[in-house]
Amino acid sequence: IKGDVAVVRMNDPNSRVNTLSTQMQREMTEVMDEIWGNNAVQSVVLISSKPGSFIAGADLNMIQACTTAEEVTGLSQEGQRMFEKVEKSPKPIVAAINGSCLGGGLELGLPSAFDMILTGRSIRADKAKKMGLVHQLVDTLGPGLKSPEERTIEYLEEVAVEAARGLAKKQIPLTKEKGLMQSNYFLAEIQDYVMSYPFVRQQIYNTVQNKVMKQTKGLYPAPLKIIECVKAGVEQGPTAGYLVESQHFGKLAMTPESKALIGLYHGQVTCKKNRFGTPEKEVKTLAILGAGLMGAGIAQVSVDKGFHTILKDTTLEGLSRGEQQVYKGLNDKTKKKSITSFERDSFLSNLTGQLDYNGFNKADMIIEAVFEDLSIKHKVLKEVEAMIPPHCIFATNTSALPIKDIAAVSKRPEKVIGMHYFSPVDKMQLLEIITTDKTSKDTTASAVAVGLKQGKVIIVVGDGPGFYTTRCLAPMLAEAVRVLQEGVDPKKLDGLTTGFGFPVGAATLADEVGIDVAAHVAEDLGKAFGSRFGGGNVEVLKTMVEKGFKGRKSGKGCYIYQPGLKRRDVNTEALEILESYKLTSSDSDVQYRLVSRFVNEAVLCLQEGILANPVEGDIGAVFGLGFPPCLGGPFRFVDSFGADKLVEKMRKFEEVFGNQFTPCQLLLDHAKDPSKKFHK
Amino acid sequence: MSLSLIRTVLLTAFSFCSAARSLSTSVHLQAQGNVSGVMLTCEKWKMPIPFSQYNSKSKKTLAKPGVKNIVLVDGVRTPFLQSGTTYADLMPHDLARAALQGLLNRTGLPKDAVDYIVYGTVIQEVKTSNVAREAALGAGFSDKTPAHTVTMACISSNQAMTTAVGLIAAGQCDAVVAGGVEFMSDVPIRHSRKMRKTMLSLNKAKTLGARLSLLGSIRLAHLSPELPAVAEFSTAETMGHSADRLAAAFGVSRLEQDEFALRSHTLAKKAQDGGMLSDVISFKVPGRDIVSKDNGIRPATMEQLAKLKPAFIKPHGTVTAANSSFLTDGASAVLIMSEEKALAMGYKPKAYLRDFVYVSQDPKDQLLLGPTYATPKVLEKSGLTLNDIDVFEFHEAFAGQIMANLKAMESDWFAQTYMGRKTKVGAPPMEKFNTWGGSLSLGHPFAATGCRLVTTVAHRLQKEGGQYGLVAACAAGGQGHAMVIEAYPQ
Repeated sequence: IKGDVAVVRMNDPNSRVNTLSTQMQREMTEVMDEIWGNNAVQSVVLISSKPGSFIAGADLNMIQACTTAEEVTGLSQEGQRMFEKVEKSPKPIVAAINGSCLGGGLELGLPSAFDMILTGRSIRADKAKKMGLVHQLVDTLGPGLKSPEERTIEYLEEVAVEAARGLAKKQIPLTKEKGLMQSNYFLAEIQDYVMSYPFVRQQIYNTVQNKVMKQTKGLYPAPLKIIECVKAGVEQGPTAGYLVESQHFGKLAMTPESKALIGLYHGQVTCKKNRFGTPEKEVKTLAILGAGLMGAGIAQVSVDKGFHTILKDTTLEGLSRGEQQVYKGLNDKTKKKSITSFERDSFLSNLTGQLDYNGFNKADMIIEAVFEDLSIKHKVLKEVEAMIPPHCIFATNTSALPIKDIAAVSKRPEKVIGMHYFSPVDKMQLLEIITTDKTSKDTTASAVAVGLKQGKVIIVVGDGPGFYTTRCLAPMLAEAVRVLQEGVDPKKLDGLTTGFGFPVGAATLADEVGIDVAAHVAEDLGKAFGSRFGGGNVEVLKTMVEKGFKGRKSGKGCYIYQPGLKRRDVNTEALEILESYKLTSSDSDVQYRLVSRFVNEAVLCLQEGILANPVEGDIGAVFGLGFPPCLGGPFRFVDSFGADKLVEKMRKFEEVFGNQFTPCQLLLDHAKDPSKKFHK
Repeated sequence: MSLSLIRTVLLTAFSFCSAARSLSTSVHLQAQGNVSGVMLTCEKWKMPIPFSQYNSKSKKTLAKPGVKNIVLVDGVRTPFLQSGTTYADLMPHDLARAALQGLLNRTGLPKDAVDYIVYGTVIQEVKTSNVAREAALGAGFSDKTPAHTVTMACISSNQAMTTAVGLIAAGQCDAVVAGGVEFMSDVPIRHSRKMRKTMLSLNKAKTLGARLSLLGSIRLAHLSPELPAVAEFSTAETMGHSADRLAAAFGVSRLEQDEFALRSHTLAKKAQDGGMLSDVISFKVPGRDIVSKDNGIRPATMEQLAKLKPAFIKPHGTVTAANSSFLTDGASAVLIMSEEKALAMGYKPKAYLRDFVYVSQDPKDQLLLGPTYATPKVLEKSGLTLNDIDVFEFHEAFAGQIMANLKAMESDWFAQTYMGRKTKVGAPPMEKFNTWGGSLSLGHPFAATGCRLVTTVAHRLQKEGGQYGLVAACAAGGQGHAMVIEAYPQ
């Protein structure tokens, strides 16, 4: 308590961030009661003692610990009561927010009489003010007589206390900025008027609902329930609204979707840690070979993390294109104001573009991203090994070539590792790291450390054709080609896949990956794994490549791409090719044909030890391949769908199509014993 | 560089009523009791300086064997005026010319005796990008005397002076004129980039049709002008905003800032009234009256200062128009020579210019901490301690900035954590600090302030009888400067 202002400091001793847990709710209620009982206190400041985090939201563990919907509903109601208490406080409350303020944290912040948000870098703070969510911004401070973090919180508290005092004395008005209010006044008036008609409201609900349905395809139940809550609140008053809200919240917490998403969250947190320990030598200088789409993408996510990055190509044109890609990536960020133009320039100063091997003697890690051709990779590896210092790691970015084949020509195979980035590198979160039996642990630790610094979610898998991700995708795409050969329209196929929850349809995905790459991979993996990888005829893809239909990059694939046009037409010439390879329609469940092959291959990867655990399998599939997030990944899907049901479906497909649908042993084991689950 | 445009307006509302007595809170005038011996008393400013200090210096002189002694012969400046006042219709080189001519008059220097001229400026008038040369020609210097312009934000004329020192030390010149000018009454305002592009293309367009189509491409938005940036380029933060954050970081209160600002104005008024500001020359402004006094000195009361709203961080900031330096027009010039040359020409030099340093730090969070970094460095270089310094002249960009620097210099933690030093350097005692006012009150024509600081140190050393003086300043870009000045034996 500072004079007539009570300062409530939130600090969860057991966690890095504050969350809304039952304990916190209880303590908060106690503190509030105490404050209201104390006549000396005129106003309140709520602040977190943790730098960079106010309240991160509800405690996930708390929700996970509940076994019934009623329990969650109870929790939710308690939470509502607490928020209501804060909202209806007779004494003004200032929420001094430093850093993240999410979910329930925001709810706690918002009803407070006078809110504040703080963060120097993030534009979100500015935006929050513009949206009217917060009333006053406090800047982050630099070094002073104490550390910047410590002093910033202190300063925030000082300012908040002053504001609270001002509010209590009614010196500071509570209204939002006048300018904003006036300009919106007229609009608001109309809105109020119109909203008074139930008919109009119904229209709005419908519109919103349709929009949600379009975006989620009905796979995520939460947005629809939220609409219902709002509806209940508006039509029947706040009490009914709160009741519906807590009931829905309880039900939602118990849905498989909720479990899947919480599982993904925990998995992602796990994959943001380096389970191989700290590398002996920190990588400072990174040399990337090949300034193509991948090479430049890797450079882009490296320069802004402080890596001194050498980008080498063989031609001036290639290099120029690559450097432009890096520049554009960063410049787009300045346009969005997430970084300043000065930061962009200073990031770019970490980039050296060159055609020779100058400076490679100082490189700590090489990431090779040249064309996917074993002989070229061999040539590059030998050339580079002559230039680099002994400690330097050679990482190869390939989507399908086995790392041990590439490492075969290396003099120091313990320093060779696979780093499989996904395109576009700056958008895709996943990095698949592939180790051979010769790769040293320190090399792996170093590669993981670099990937984490680049902001990636990382899975570390064993070596083998297609590793994990490509190996799962290949059979699914092979099945997709077969479906196309059966006469299903590419648009229909896309609709079926996105309808299952994939963010990108199978035909579009093939175009994005590149038909040539797909053909290449299909052939390689077909050789390695035999008929299990059959399905569609590889010749279909090959013929398309011959005609120049390489997907988006060549302007034609399954679809026709025209620069500047969002609309895509189906490539009729591709259809002609498909026609010539036409198969009789089997007219069975296309969605499960596609997904079961994907899932079976994933389980097989775990069985064969390519995957270390199901968590990485789920994370890899969701973040790298777009496996439906609402299903939580192939392993969680097996758990929730039921291995026995999946095997049953596959057996049916097996009768028609053959061994491509033979369930693997591990899957059969799970089918036999329902108590076996991949996720506990 | 502080561009607090509103200040001039706001300050006019203040009365001239003096509040000198209320100052005792921030200026410690009491004598150092236990010092015995002869006291030299500065006549106007009742400040006892123990004479015994004279013999207790770490070093008797900073002269080094094999290094030329370089001296400040004299220094002058035009009156510093709030921008938009009497100088409003001039051009920058006019002001510079006045300072240069003033220097010639004051020293009686033959116009062809100068080997070189270095001049500083920050906001450049595009017509006179080498303002040094234009001003020198206009001031009647020999057209055989080369001149160049330097720029380093608020320490531009410090850079001009040290460039001169370098030229003399290297044996290339014997007599160099250095100075700086800033003219904020008129700044270059440009067309937008799109408009400029169209206009440039227009020059190249060959046919009438091509010209018309270019003219047709001009949109209303292209006509909005581009004002000179009031912000740090690298961070896009205005200097006042940064100063406010700095003050908050060091826990400098609004009250402390207002007190310091009031101290600056009060001391400046006293110095002006007492005739201490002898570096100011009179200037007959064409079409206007003769100007012979700075016009930004306005002591107010603490109550008046407390009423002002924060100028940059609203509503809880602490930097206001009154505790920031204001936009100023002005020019300064100094004559720097090798000691031999000065003596040969019959001059009685005012001071030796000794060691100097430039420093730079993070332009975001440590933008204005130059003095904190530069002071210990220059003291170390010259082998002196803070106690050896009799006269401190620090550039006052903002009261909050000065207070933050003083606190930083007093902090062991800051010295250890950010400067890699074992201990703090210590803050200058206030009775030796900016006792004739500073940039807050006298005004701050960016590129002219450096010469004012050096000349003031020389004059204060003469008046007060000290031996060593220290100049320190911060500058945009997170840079800083400090110089040690030694009194010329009288």
